[in-house]
Amino acid sequence: MISTLGGFVLFLALGVTLYAAAASVFGARQGREDWLASSRNAVLAHFCLVTLAIFLLEYALITSDFSLRYVANNSTRESLTRYKIAGLWGSLEGSILLWEWLQSLFAALVVARYSDRGPSGCRQLMPYVQAVLQGISAFFLLLMAFAVNPFARIFPIPPDGRGLNPLLEVTDMLIHPLLLYLGYVGFSVPYAFAMAALITGRPTEEWLRITRRWTVVAWLFLTGGIFYGGWWSYRTLGWGGYWAWDPVENASFMPWLTATAFIHSVMIQERKRMLRVWNLVLVTLTFSLVIFGTFLTRSGILGSVHAFADGPVGVMFLAFLALVLLFSFGLVAYRSDQLKGHGELDSIVSRESAFLLNNLVLVGICFTVFLGTIFPLLSEALRGTKISVGTPYFNKVSVPLGMALLFLMGVGPLIAWGRASLNNLKRNFLKPSLAAVAGTAILYALGVHQAEVLAAFAFCFFVIGTIVFEFVVATRTRAKTMGEGFLTAFATLLLKSRRRYGGLIVHLGVVIAIIGIAVSSVYKVEREQTLKSGESLTIGRYSVRFDGLAAGERPTHILVWANLVAFKDGKPVHELMPGQRFYPNQQSPFASVDARYHWNEDLYVILSTFERDGSSATIKVIINPMISWIWIGGGVILLGVIVAVLPERRLALLTMRAKAQVA
Amino acid sequence: MWSHMRHPGAPASAVNGRQGGWALVLLVWVSLLIPLNALAPPNPARAEAGPASPDLEERVREVASELRCVVCQNLSVADSPSDLAKEMRNLVRELLQQGKTPEEIQAYFVSRYGDFVLLAPPKRGFNLLVWGLPFVALLVGAGGVYLVARRWTERGQQAAPSLDPAYAERVRRELKEREGSAGS
Amino acid sequence: MSWKKALIPLACVPVIVLLAYGFRTDPRAIPSPLVRKAAPGFRIAVFDGGNLSLEGLKGKPVVLNFWASWCYPACYEEAPLLESTWRKYKDQGLMVVGVDIQDKEANAREFMRRFNFTFPNGPDPGSKISIDYGVYGVPETFFIDQQGRIIYKHVGALTPELMEEQVRTLLKGT
Repeated sequence: MISTLGGFVLFLALGVTLYAAAASVFGARQGREDWLASSRNAVLAHFCLVTLAIFLLEYALITSDFSLRYVANNSTRESLTRYKIAGLWGSLEGSILLWEWLQSLFAALVVARYSDRGPSGCRQLMPYVQAVLQGISAFFLLLMAFAVNPFARIFPIPPDGRGLNPLLEVTDMLIHPLLLYLGYVGFSVPYAFAMAALITGRPTEEWLRITRRWTVVAWLFLTGGIFYGGWWSYRTLGWGGYWAWDPVENASFMPWLTATAFIHSVMIQERKRMLRVWNLVLVTLTFSLVIFGTFLTRSGILGSVHAFADGPVGVMFLAFLALVLLFSFGLVAYRSDQLKGHGELDSIVSRESAFLLNNLVLVGICFTVFLGTIFPLLSEALRGTKISVGTPYFNKVSVPLGMALLFLMGVGPLIAWGRASLNNLKRNFLKPSLAAVAGTAILYALGVHQAEVLAAFAFCFFVIGTIVFEFVVATRTRAKTMGEGFLTAFATLLLKSRRRYGGLIVHLGVVIAIIGIAVSSVYKVEREQTLKSGESLTIGRYSVRFDGLAAGERPTHILVWANLVAFKDGKPVHELMPGQRFYPNQQSPFASVDARYHWNEDLYVILSTFERDGSSATIKVIINPMISWIWIGGGVILLGVIVAVLPERRLALLTMRAKAQVA
Repeated sequence: MWSHMRHPGAPASAVNGRQGGWALVLLVWVSLLIPLNALAPPNPARAEAGPASPDLEERVREVASELRCVVCQNLSVADSPSDLAKEMRNLVRELLQQGKTPEEIQAYFVSRYGDFVLLAPPKRGFNLLVWGLPFVALLVGAGGVYLVARRWTERGQQAAPSLDPAYAERVRRELKEREGSAGS
Repeated sequence: MSWKKALIPLACVPVIVLLAYGFRTDPRAIPSPLVRKAAPGFRIAVFDGGNLSLEGLKGKPVVLNFWASWCYPACYEEAPLLESTWRKYKDQGLMVVGVDIQDKEANAREFMRRFNFTFPNGPDPGSKISIDYGVYGVPETFFIDQQGRIIYKHVGALTPELMEEQVRTLLKGT
């Protein structure tokens, strides 16, 4: 029943979507408001239909209706309810439905927010924005209608389901995919606006202003998703790392890079009306890379931990990607004459140049990651030999670029727009540079001698110095001139120049994360040893004693763990129980990592292998200094973005109320 | 005189912020230095000494981190928790103890698994593309950025009429006189 | 629109073509560099007793199969074929050798008993032989001729047709 109903709902949604797209284009071209209104209603109806489909599938999952193949493959009767719910995005069909639901939701939000309000220029763009968004939805609905139907039946009906991959039955599964999808789908909105601007031939800055918040919020979700994925990988997968330059990880990183470049270069276009073509290229690239990432995950052409490929899906995604690229770049080429900017600069040394360099580095990293990701395929196609492009390559090439970016982060906010005077530069750079030199000297004295680490820290100190000095000086000035207390001045400053200070906080978060990455990679210490009961392993200031194995039954698996006691400087500090989980229908066990996470270092223990009789076990102990700074940095980035996108009206009300209370 | 664009909150004078600024920066450093104390002693070894010679484990890790674990997705032999990777690490250790160099060990694995087993493509022939293109692209891009910035600057300077030098001198002189009289 | 402008969208086409090519490749398959080269020597301690080395088999064509009791279903599918091939061709000089990798002896013996293996099998402690042969999964089978050269490597369960074809080639000599 659900199967038929669900399938029907999706077909209906497809029809409504196509109608909405056609009606909005027709209404726009003929100037018919009634068609436009009808298309807007169709967009909302589309959202309702897809929501209904989601409800149906979730209902089937929660009630364990195994007549649906998808439910049988992604849940079991004993699964906890929240994992039954998460089964919606556990594998291919459901994840496409979730994506499409988010797409329809965003399209509905765009209609609700911008259709009757907003500037007139916006109203001209809207029909085409809708058409593009509905077109994207149409693709995903087509996928489900003809290739990967989440409501497909299975016969005979199995008594119990296969269940989610055990690696996915964790709380993280409830969060990570959603964050990423919100980011991915979010970028389709600025893309749609950009295409609408190109189609209508209105190369103004309007669409930038309208979509600024969408872009930043989508960026936030994507950043959050990437950080969260690394954190999940680190805590759970059992190899002690958080990023493997896996093709699908790269595929989430690439749109992040172009989106970051876009967020910066739009500031130039907003102020100076330059770089129009380039910004359109960036937003198209971002969206295309999002589709490329989804293509990689679902086509299986590059091996990856994330890949869950099936059938003709890969071909359809590739066709869609080709369509998007040819359509968008074709439009850009077609309109490029009308888009020529009239950029003017007073001097080459200016913030505009710094932003150009920022774009260069970010797109450079993106190009490198892209090249490295598809190079094995290229090599096989042209030479017939299989090669690998992995971590050593990506690290070697992206670290220098990362340092350049770090430097720009410090320098960029200090250089004035248009032209930077020498005095201005000297004054702004002097103290942070001194701070950098002093800090690096102290590090050297403490025993840090590696050139890369010192250089990275020098840049980090520089950037932190610029940010801190900026905040402090500005706050002090305001406090003095306005007669406010330090904290009030600080808060008002934040609220009044949200973009700037929010941006600086984001930079601060990035620097903190970079420090975490640098220190934890260079100073990571690990040791693997086979121990008999009572024996110890020494690593750094710790010593870890193996006290024997134990085993126990859990609801879904059998857990075997090692009892360990960690001593620091001779004193017992932690009891650790790393283990392995054995699931009935999985061939190899899954690691169950145990670790102690502190802000200054992590003690991380894995059980590698063991003798069945419990006489000995091989354990691997890793000390990761300052790795938590990566996650902390992520949190600071989140904070910075929130500051930057706080809505104006509410804020004015808040500050007015606060002032009234004080008065 | 130069034009100087101000941002909201730009320092009217840097003097007052100096002390507060330094204090905060010092605070940041201190908070960074504390965890650095937790770092390994001045010569940080990546892997601790074991029953074998002090830096053997370190060398095993180095060689193993350049080899690809053939039963995993994208992990190195050093990182992979799989059984085969563990055996490969043991083999690397044995070969190192026999006195083989890292290059010889890599060559051995390549002779058995092909270039696929190297985590970074060997720098020869066709593979030079993947090593070289990023830098070439960057240079080309940097050149492009320079050209664009220069074009903008030329346009900017064409738009702004240049100041008659004599007039500029007179303006500077008069401003100086005013500043001098304002100070006294 | 001038041809220069058309270049921008057309530049995407090679990438699309490359990605399309990706559908024909198998990212998990690793081509072996050992084919048509001399087979690496090995020495196993046969489960039933005694040692067996490749050197000792010189002059005989060898079907060298890597298996494990936990390798389900592929090893279970091809096990009967291995045994039947051995029985059919051993009088013609063919040698079938099995190497059991990353396994427990009890499970291995059970596997051999289940399929009535009469050809020599031995464990591979430390996976040294497996690594020496570039093995990355089970089952894998190497066909070695009388001169000790690997003429073919098969990854995955063997089919009767394939087995026949390769064994015939081996027995034809040179």
